[in-house]
Parts: sequence; structure tokens; C-alpha cells
Amino acid sequence: MFADYSMAELTSIFAMQGFAGLILFSVFVLMALGLAIIFGQMGVINMAHGEFMILGAYVTYLTSNIFSSYLPESVYGSYFFIAMILAFFVTGALGAFIEWSVIRHLYKRPLDTLLATWGLSLIMQQLYRSIFGAREVGVTLPDWLMGSYAITDMIEVPINGIFVMILTIIITIAVALMMQKSRLGKQTRAVVQNRPMAAAVGINTERVDRLTFALGCGIAGIAGSAFTMVGSTGPTAGQLYIVDTFLVVVFGGASSLIGTVASAFTISQAQSTMEFFLSGSMAKVLTLLTVVIILMLRPEGLFSLKMRR
Amino acid sequence: MNKVGSFIERYQLSHFIILAVIIFVVMPLALDSFRLNMVGKYLTYAFVALGLVLCWGYGGILSLGQGVFFGLGGYCMAMFLKLEASSPENTAIQSTPGIPDFMDWNQLTELPWFWEPFHSFAFTIVAILVLPAIFAFIIGVAMFKRRVGGVYFAIITQAVAAILTILIIGQQGYTGGVNGITDLRTLHGWDIRTDEAKNILYFVNGVLLFVCLFAARFIIKSKLGRLLVAMREREDRVRFSGYDVSSFKIFIFCAAATISAVGGAMFTLQVGFMSPTFVGTGPSIEMVIFCALGGRLAILGAVYGALVVNWAKTSFSESFPELWLFAMGALFIGVVMAFPNGLAGLYQTYIAPWLQKYVPEKFHWIVTNKYAEEKPVSATTSATTEGSETEDSSADTKKSEKGDLSHAGN
Repeated sequence: MFADYSMAELTSIFAMQGFAGLILFSVFVLMALGLAIIFGQMGVINMAHGEFMILGAYVTYLTSNIFSSYLPESVYGSYFFIAMILAFFVTGALGAFIEWSVIRHLYKRPLDTLLATWGLSLIMQQLYRSIFGAREVGVTLPDWLMGSYAITDMIEVPINGIFVMILTIIITIAVALMMQKSRLGKQTRAVVQNRPMAAAVGINTERVDRLTFALGCGIAGIAGSAFTMVGSTGPTAGQLYIVDTFLVVVFGGASSLIGTVASAFTISQAQSTMEFFLSGSMAKVLTLLTVVIILMLRPEGLFSLKMRR
Repeated sequence: MNKVGSFIERYQLSHFIILAVIIFVVMPLALDSFRLNMVGKYLTYAFVALGLVLCWGYGGILSLGQGVFFGLGGYCMAMFLKLEASSPENTAIQSTPGIPDFMDWNQLTELPWFWEPFHSFAFTIVAILVLPAIFAFIIGVAMFKRRVGGVYFAIITQAVAAILTILIIGQQGYTGGVNGITDLRTLHGWDIRTDEAKNILYFVNGVLLFVCLFAARFIIKSKLGRLLVAMREREDRVRFSGYDVSSFKIFIFCAAATISAVGGAMFTLQVGFMSPTFVGTGPSIEMVIFCALGGRLAILGAVYGALVVNWAKTSFSESFPELWLFAMGALFIGVVMAFPNGLAGLYQTYIAPWLQKYVPEKFHWIVTNKYAEEKPVSATTSATTEGSETEDSSADTKKSEKGDLSHAGN
């Protein structure tokens, strides 16, 4: 199948598909980061994670509307940063509320959290549909994100894609630093490794649980915010990504952030490269199937945390 | 005293009889042919819910991919019916007569090899029973032999359901794509679209459901059933007692798959089509709620759960379509948080004692069993402990914490 293309064409095909894969990778990483924190650290399956992401996207959409209708045009370019912060706090607050009202009663029954959060995701989807309508909405990109950047005359990359990628890198590093260095991060890891002992040395484990869950949801909100840069938002858009994202997290080794990033990279690159040569659905089937088979052979994922139990 | 036969107790028998009366007498008398066919459709979901009672309620294995097996059964039946419906005479206007219409639309000129055997009805029946079991066996061996369970198993089965849906939709020429396999007409020359045929199929479906219910009852009452419960509670202890835990899990997962597939095949016969909408992750999780609402430990509850949820879905969608998802979501959260034992639990705690007041003592065995045979799941503490064999350390810590406390209590 390569014979029809010249060498230069092949290179640019791979570069362009690779770049498309990098955008998919950014969405995966941003979604999976939140999930990896919630699932990897707390053992809670949050099926409503996609809907939290969409909440962030809708917050961004609303902010951009407010900016374009009430504020002078000169500041419109900066709406995204404010929207992102708002999205983080709105989804984080909702996450904390959900943890308080539902999740904390179910910690000992992980499979039941799965069902409860699925119910939550249905409710949230219908809420979005009632409030924002069933049609997809998109934001108007500010001027500085429009257009594309030509690397060679055959390879062009869109600027919003580059922006989302840089954003992903910054957020990933921030999250990694936070889990490693900050007080909350250290407390979270202590609680994960040994809950009774962490409680014994004076860590308020319930508060740590709530903050961790809120943080995971907040990152989903940022993911949603970034998602508006590359795609449009609909009530059910979160559902499209949730299975893939869970696979990313499990494939990467649930409690390892590096693993999450590595597996998101592998899966997104494999999928977008194959998409060019096969149909989109077959590329996805092959990718997911490979991941499932690898997980059957190596259930602990690519990177696993070694600890005494 | 309290037993009829070796595996069914008297009060259980009375409940079986009540359900039989509802399905075989009350429903056909009270409903017209259209509604009866709809109830028949709901009852096909009861098969899946029953399978979930076995593998989730008793085995502690939550599969989010039961729609896969329902779909496999349904597709096998649909393939046979479609081949019969696309005889060369019926499809003379096609460019290649004798192949299903959607293949012709997708420029296929001959029947794919895996469609060929479905000309035979005997092969179809065997395929419906065996194919899902083989598929479940492959998944089961890969997962349980490596001691993967709990939430990991749920995620993988969900991914399998997603993969199969994408595959079916993507391979339009071979599977009928997103529309599924439609326009099914006859079974061995017997028109399945008439009201009379639908009524007969309803009763066939009911009988098959009871066969499966008795089979499930038999499994639960056997030593295997006891072992399953023991495994669900303390898997490592069962393993240390010398049992091969994974084989029991694989068996119950395959049994659940086969039961679901029977439901799928009956669905195709009664509704007249099969499509990927019944395979994917959404419907698969929806099927779990039938089981959860009925009571995850109650085989008869599964039937009531499937009936109630689907009846509610139809009536809600007819009058307030936008409220349905709210109701469904609330149902998921409510069942899990407020009454994890579902309708069966509610019956045991509230209705049975109330009934006892009004029923003469001689007939108490009809309403309740004095000694509840299964310790129910309480809302606050865990009875279903999953994730013991996974990498999921936090669940482990919590579990061992709880385990230690319960030892201290003993």
C-alpha cells in the first residue's frame, strides 16, 4: 500500500497524521490525567468523567459568549485563560459535591460507584440537552489561534493544535509536580499507600479524598476547555471518549502518571496513523483490540507502581 | 419439610408459580397483541438480567459487556432469518440475487464464508448456544487465569462491547451496518410477522425463560453456587482451600453468556430485526440496572426488574421523553445507594412481614422464607468485595481494613 506514494509524500503523510495524532493525544492526556488521579489514586471508577469534561467545554462556551457580547473586542483574545480557570473551579466544585453526596458512601463497593456515576452521567447529559439544546455548539476562536503554520511546503500544522499541545504539556507537568511535591499530593499518595497509617499520623483522609476527587474533575474541566479549541461540543460528546480514556488509564498502569502519558501517546499515534491507510472504524477496532489483548497478557499495564501489600 | 424436590424450596416454588401466572395467564389476557409482543421483548432482557444475577450477584464478576452476548445470539438468529428471507426469488431484482439486500447495496457479489453455515437451522441453534459461550470462554480464560477481576474486568468487557459495535457498524457489507439486519420474514416458511405467530413466540419465550430460571436455580443451589458465594466474599480463602477459582468464574461467565444469547435470539424472533444498538456499552450497562433493580441476588427479581424498567422506559418515552434519562439516572444512583438489594430486598424487608400479618400462619411459606438463604448486601458495609486480585491498592487497603475489623468482631 506504500507503493503508490513517493518518499517525500510518505514523510509528509506521516508527519501530518502524526500531528493529527498529537491533537488526539492531547485530548486523551488531559482527560486521562483526571481519570488517572481519581481511578489510580482512589480506585473510584468515574463514568461521568466525560460529562465533567463537557461541563468545562460549556463553561468555556458561555464565557466566550459573555466576552463577545459584553466586553470590548480587544480583550476577546484573552477569554480562553479566564474560561479555563472558571472551568477548573466549576467542575472541581461539582466534583467535590458529588464526592460528598454520592461517592463517599460507596468507597467499599467500587463496582457500585461505577453504576452510580453512570446514572450521574445520564442525568448530566440530559441536563445539557435541556439547557444548551441537542445541537453541537462551538466557540469562535480568537484571531491569534486561527490559521496554520507551514513547516515545509507540504507540511502544515494548525496553530490551535500547537496551542492545545503546549497547554497539555504545561498541565501535565503541573499535575506531576503537584502529586510529587505539594502537600496535597504527598497526602494523597500517603492515603493511597496506607489509609489507616495516614490517618494515624494526622491526615484527614476524608478531606484528602474530597480534594483529590475535586482535582480530578477540575482537570477534566480544563480538558473540556481545551477541547473547544479543536472540536465542537455536544451533550453526548463525553460518551465518545470515556471507553478510550479508561483503556488509556488502565493500559498505562493505573497509578502511574508517566504510564498514562505514554499509553495515551501510543494509542493516539497508532490510531491516527492507521486511520490514513484503513477506514477510521477499522483503525479504531485494531487499536482497541491490540490494547485489550496486551492488557490480557499484562494486566498491570505498561508502568505499574511497585509496593508492598 | 420446607422442600419440594431437591433444589427448590416451597416458598420459592410459590414465587415461581406467581411469576408463571403473571407471564402465562395475566399478561396474555390483559394485553392486546401489540402490547403482549412488547412485554415479550422486555422478557428477552430478563434473560440478560438473569445471567447478570449469576455472574455479578453470585460470582461477584461485573460484566459491562453482556450486550455483546445478547447481540451475538440475536445476530446468529437474524443471519439465519435473513438468508431465508433473501431467497433468489425474493431478491430477483438485485444485481446478485440470493444474497441479503444490504450486501447487494455494498457491492458484494457472493455470500461471505461465515454466512454460509447459517443456511442450516440446526447449526444456527447450536451457534446461538455455543458461540457466545466460546467467546466468553476466551475472555474468561485470558482474564481470570491471570487473576484479573473487579473493576478491571468491567473496563475490559466494556471495551470489548465498544469494539464489537464499531466493528459491526464499520463492516456494513457483512453485518448490515448501523441499521442492523432488518426485514426478517419467515422461520422455515412460518411467517413470524403475524399477530398469531407473535403470540406463539411470546409463549415460547416464556417457557425458555422458565427453563433458564430453573437452570439458574439449580446452579445456585448446587455446590458450585455455594462456592461462587464463598469466592465472592473471600476469594483467597477459597483458593487456599484447594479450589481452582478461575474455572468456576469462567464457567459462570460462560453460563451467563449463553443465557443472554438465548434472550438475544428470542429478541430477534419477536421484534423482527437486530441492530448494533443492542450491543454497545450504553445498552450493556442499562442491562445491569435491570438486574440491580430486581435485586442482584434474586433470579426472579431479574425478571421483574427487566419488566419494570422497560415498562417505565416505554411509558416515559411516550409521554415525557426528556424526563426519561433523569429517571434512569436517578434509578441508577438510587438503587445503588438506597437499596442495593433491589426489589427483592424491599420485598423481604417490608412487604413480606406486612403480608405475614394478613396471611394465616399455615400459609406463611407462600410469602416468605423464615431463614433468608442469602445474607443481603447492606447499604453501608460491603458484602461484595471486588478488586482483591487487582493492582488496585486503595481498594485492597480498605478491604483489609474492613476484613480485620470483622475478624475482631468474630
